[in-house]
Amino acid sequence: MDALYERPKSLTNRATAYCPGCLHGVATRLIAELIDELDARADTVAVLPVGCGTLGMFHFNTDIVVSPHGRTPAVATGVKRSAPEKLVFSYQGDGDLAAIGLAEIMHAANRGENFTVIFINNGTYGMTGGQMAPTTLVGQKSTTTPEGRNPAETGYPMMMCEILSQLRAPRYIARFSLDCPANVIQAKKGLRKSFELQRAGKGFTFVELLSNCPTNWGLSPLECLEWMRENTMKAFPLGVFRDRED
Amino acid sequence: MEKKFLKGNEAVAEAAILAGCRFFAGYPITPQNEIPEYMARRMPQVGGVFLQGESETASVCMVYGAAAMGKLAMTSSSGPGISLKAEGISTLAGAQLPAVIVNVMRGGPGLGTIQAAQSDYLHATKAMGHGGFRVLVLAPSTVQEAIDLTYKAFGLAVKYQNPAVVLMDGWIGSMMEPVTLPEAKEPVKNAYTGWGTRYYNPSGTDVDVVTSCLLEPDRQELLNIHFGEMYETWARDEVMAEEYMLGDAEYVIVAYGTAARAARTAIGSLREKGVKAGMLRPISLYPFPYDALKRLDKSRVRCILDTEMTLPVQMKDDIRLGVTDAIPVHSCGRSGGVVLTNEDIEDALLRIIEEEGK
Ligand SMILES: Cc1ncc(C[n+]2csc(CCOP(=O)(O)OP(=O)(O)O)c2C)c(N)n1
Ligand code: SF4
Ligand SMILES: [Mg+2]
Repeated sequence: MDALYERPKSLTNRATAYCPGCLHGVATRLIAELIDELDARADTVAVLPVGCGTLGMFHFNTDIVVSPHGRTPAVATGVKRSAPEKLVFSYQGDGDLAAIGLAEIMHAANRGENFTVIFINNGTYGMTGGQMAPTTLVGQKSTTTPEGRNPAETGYPMMMCEILSQLRAPRYIARFSLDCPANVIQAKKGLRKSFELQRAGKGFTFVELLSNCPTNWGLSPLECLEWMRENTMKAFPLGVFRDRED
Repeated sequence: MEKKFLKGNEAVAEAAILAGCRFFAGYPITPQNEIPEYMARRMPQVGGVFLQGESETASVCMVYGAAAMGKLAMTSSSGPGISLKAEGISTLAGAQLPAVIVNVMRGGPGLGTIQAAQSDYLHATKAMGHGGFRVLVLAPSTVQEAIDLTYKAFGLAVKYQNPAVVLMDGWIGSMMEPVTLPEAKEPVKNAYTGWGTRYYNPSGTDVDVVTSCLLEPDRQELLNIHFGEMYETWARDEVMAEEYMLGDAEYVIVAYGTAARAARTAIGSLREKGVKAGMLRPISLYPFPYDALKRLDKSRVRCILDTEMTLPVQMKDDIRLGVTDAIPVHSCGRSGGVVLTNEDIEDALLRIIEEEGK
């Protein structure tokens, strides 16, 4: 009998370490499925950030290197330059990538490093308990913007796909959402494209995934999805921002 | 054995390549710029990787990524950049990865000056970053020794799966001396032996989990205890020091690096004046040669002169630990990049002797 659905070999056999309803789990599973489909488990290095993404240490059944907070693209640069034959991705939250690690992501992108960045935008610092992130929406409450984000004091959400699109070197830049199956399928296509471009040595690929944080948003998993559609996805338009032919 | 006339910074870079280093990432800062510049030329010739990072923070993290892949990797900088590398060095140590960090010291604190100094003894030997880890610290006093110690630093880093530091000053970095180069080692892939895999993916037979994050207090404590035992091994097996004219010495100068060169000259002229001076020159600053100080004949040695290119001096507490107050410890030095001369040292010691006579 053929199995229709099973645990990807690129995932370890354990219960999720993320909170119930967290889309980090969906992102992790998508990546693992793809690695299986590309038959790349033994040749993959996951470069993990500091944030809830660190919990990927428990999940990816691949080589893993955990970076200091935000240096993830610099660590991935060292990894990929040292082992060009590996499939390398960094997995980063919005605090990791768009705040503390802004220099590292800009310069890895500008060098056109041949790895894939997977950017989990949940509009908050999940791991540390829901503080404002660079991506927190205008008016959105967080533990450090108790009255809602006020742009006069803290500026506006940073649109990383749009910002990175100002650079010449990146090969592929796209934003997807994990709010519903149809969008998850699109996201997986974008990830697949990135991995395939990387394998073909085409350079820097960047996939932003709009995500949630039920725990710190204070919403049920289902309410989170609705909130994403009403708010996050309106502020962060989905789409492909760069798909450069050589 | 090839003989060459090399500048200290370039000598260090070549020694790294001969030791099998095939990955370098760095960021410009005086007085170490010749190291990344040399690596930019040389690494492609040997099939290695050179990267100019966007900062010291990024550069040392690139080295961390390379070390995680089993490469022998190095980064270099000077004071302000070394501060920025603290995060990455702590991460290397916590993740149990080898790497070599070169600090060509200048005058501090803050931006300080770009001239040669020995400002970073305490930073290098006590806490190169947060968390209570240690690194091996080797301090050359000639260009030849800069080569030999850089070469050795890679061996030690791999032996202990821990970062090692070559701590030299801007003088050694910029002076040229005739040197003999060691034999070229074939680069090898270093297998990862850190503890991440066993905790996060115990059934993963073909994967490495390289991390400095053990999450659970009891695991972290076990690792910290393991580190403590390793540092004790260093104290037993890896101490290096030179004893110069100590046989009959009544006055012992303790100095390392360029300060030891000035001290050597001072000892010559002091001896001509009938002063029985000698020197203990720590070569490994961590582990520190406490035993060589303990062995000094307390009935003969009248005092110790801690001599450094930094003020206030930074090695004095370690010297006092070695002699346990049985011998008085004085100090002399210049700082901020002002040149320390042999006359400075000679005058300081003659003044102490005069005070004794009163
Ligand atoms: C240098 C440093 N600063 C701060 C922290 C604390 N810290 C841990 S996770 C985190 C935020 C992570 O937020 P994000 O990147 O958005 O990831 P998420 O948890 O939301 O997925 C912070 C600030 C740290 N570990 N290291
Ligand atoms: S804290 Fe938020 S982002 Fe982190 S695992 Fe829980 S729900 Fe997900
Ligand atoms: Mg986040």
